[in-house]
Amino acid sequence: MRRRKLWTVIVLSVFSILFLYPLLWLISSSFKPNADIFSSISLWPREFVWDAYARGWQGVGRTNFSTFFGNTLLLVIPVVVLTAASSLLVAYGFARFKFRGKGLLFTLMISTLMLPDAVIMIPRYLLFKEFNWLNTYLPFYVPALLAVNAFFVFLLVQFLRGIPRDLDEAAVIDGCNSFGILVRVLIPLAAPALVSVCIFQFIWTWNEFFTALIYINSVSKYTVALGLRMVLDNEGAVNWNQVMAMSVVTILPCIAVFFMAQKYFVEGIATTGLKG
Amino acid sequence: MTHQSAQAAGGQTPGSEGKRRKRKPGSLVAYLYISPWLIGFIVLTLVPFVASFIYSFTDYNMVRKQTFVGLANYIEIFTKDPVFVQSLRVTLLYVVIAVPLKLIVALLVAMLLNVKMRGISIYRTIYYLPSILGGSVAVSVLWRFMFMREGLVNEMLSYFSLPPVNWLGDPNLALFTITLLPVWEFGSSMVLFLAGLKQVPAELYEASKVDGASRVRTFFSVTLPLLTPIVLFNLIMQMINAFQQFTAAFVITDGGPMKSTYLYGMMLYDNAFQFFKMGYASAQSWILFLIILVFTFVLFKTSNRWAHYEDGGDGK
Repeated sequence: MRRRKLWTVIVLSVFSILFLYPLLWLISSSFKPNADIFSSISLWPREFVWDAYARGWQGVGRTNFSTFFGNTLLLVIPVVVLTAASSLLVAYGFARFKFRGKGLLFTLMISTLMLPDAVIMIPRYLLFKEFNWLNTYLPFYVPALLAVNAFFVFLLVQFLRGIPRDLDEAAVIDGCNSFGILVRVLIPLAAPALVSVCIFQFIWTWNEFFTALIYINSVSKYTVALGLRMVLDNEGAVNWNQVMAMSVVTILPCIAVFFMAQKYFVEGIATTGLKG
Repeated sequence: MTHQSAQAAGGQTPGSEGKRRKRKPGSLVAYLYISPWLIGFIVLTLVPFVASFIYSFTDYNMVRKQTFVGLANYIEIFTKDPVFVQSLRVTLLYVVIAVPLKLIVALLVAMLLNVKMRGISIYRTIYYLPSILGGSVAVSVLWRFMFMREGLVNEMLSYFSLPPVNWLGDPNLALFTITLLPVWEFGSSMVLFLAGLKQVPAELYEASKVDGASRVRTFFSVTLPLLTPIVLFNLIMQMINAFQQFTAAFVITDGGPMKSTYLYGMMLYDNAFQFFKMGYASAQSWILFLIILVFTFVLFKTSNRWAHYEDGGDGK
């Protein structure tokens, strides 16, 4: 048994180095001179270059990464807050009330999880265009406000179902109305699930590329994903270390959130996935 | 998570046995709570869903007024569009390679991680890390630098005195190189498998040991059958995602060389948002939808034969 564990550790370590190597290489390359990046596979730069970050940050033309980061925060934070709030209300409705058509509506909601976005993206785009929402962040805010991503509603429904109803009833006796139950009883207990919702939505929206590509067209409104792609097109063939430095910078917030809240990721996936 | 709430329940409701069903769950209130989703579902999902079906029979192109063209789009797609055939071919290849490969890696790593040991969660974190970066542009950038002609992987090969490989420039290899990216991001499937593995009753393993079954045999006759519901779930969700892959192909190879990585998502993007052939692209999106539907249906239907449910498949 001891030996088996030892072998497990060895195999796991070898694999984890293999799987982490690309990311570590990305980080180390951002500190290497351009000439050294592809001439050695070593993770330790022979000679440290510090200016790739400062120069990469300048971006292309007159727009730098400060703008891209500001834009991304302006997009991501409202989306995260709106998603958490709307998904919680909807999940509460599904988890705690009986109403006509509930079974059918719940089935419809779950089935949207499996509906390919490709089949609705064109009319949605035309609709938002009709509203004059192109080149604004409304195509991101409004779906979040309307709890369009059923994944989050489902995650919260599953979680709320696990909270005993006795608590609701005790609160009713204490004179709470249904909204009071949600705010005073359920939100404190559902906090871990809400954190899961927020970090998933943060990372997904932060990395969102396709939607940003079709809705945002002026460079001054670009998110980091669009900005990075523009830098790649302009500098990708020469200033490798700058492109790599900016790649590191764009994934850093996601990695930070992941390490701060990694247990919520695992729980979020396990809550929805297993019962799906 | 559950015991947390159970504790709280014990603390706050000392013996609330009297089940007074005073609260009449008013339907109206419930509709109020679900109204955001209901509006969103109708306006942003249902209507677009129907609309794209209707557009698929028109020549809508955002310039002149649309006219109804019947099945013309579909006929053109299937008979006169070699790009469609090529794109569908590489997409099917991509899905059929990427999804099973990802699940196999996820399951293998999950099995390694399924031991009681201090510090094992560190490994879980490491293996999960790539998948949070998902469709980010940064990872596609990384892939491009790793696999380009003078890139990292070829540098490694030369370290072992092996000749360089044209990973992204060779039409026969580029798709495979792109396929490795989602495989690297196997984390969420791994977490699901891990949760499933923890549910396998220890008695079953002991019984299998008493019967003298080898470890391989135990895997195939105890572990794998119990995991099949999770395999099915993963297969379906990953398949749906893989059919719509866009970012990797767009950023790493831009569909090339010679359209060998021109995935379906890229073709839809080009037709709809570069050429503004909205009617034509809608028809293509419906074809994709139907293909995914058929795949899902086949997986569900055949799963009666290979997916194992302990309680006869009716858990709820």
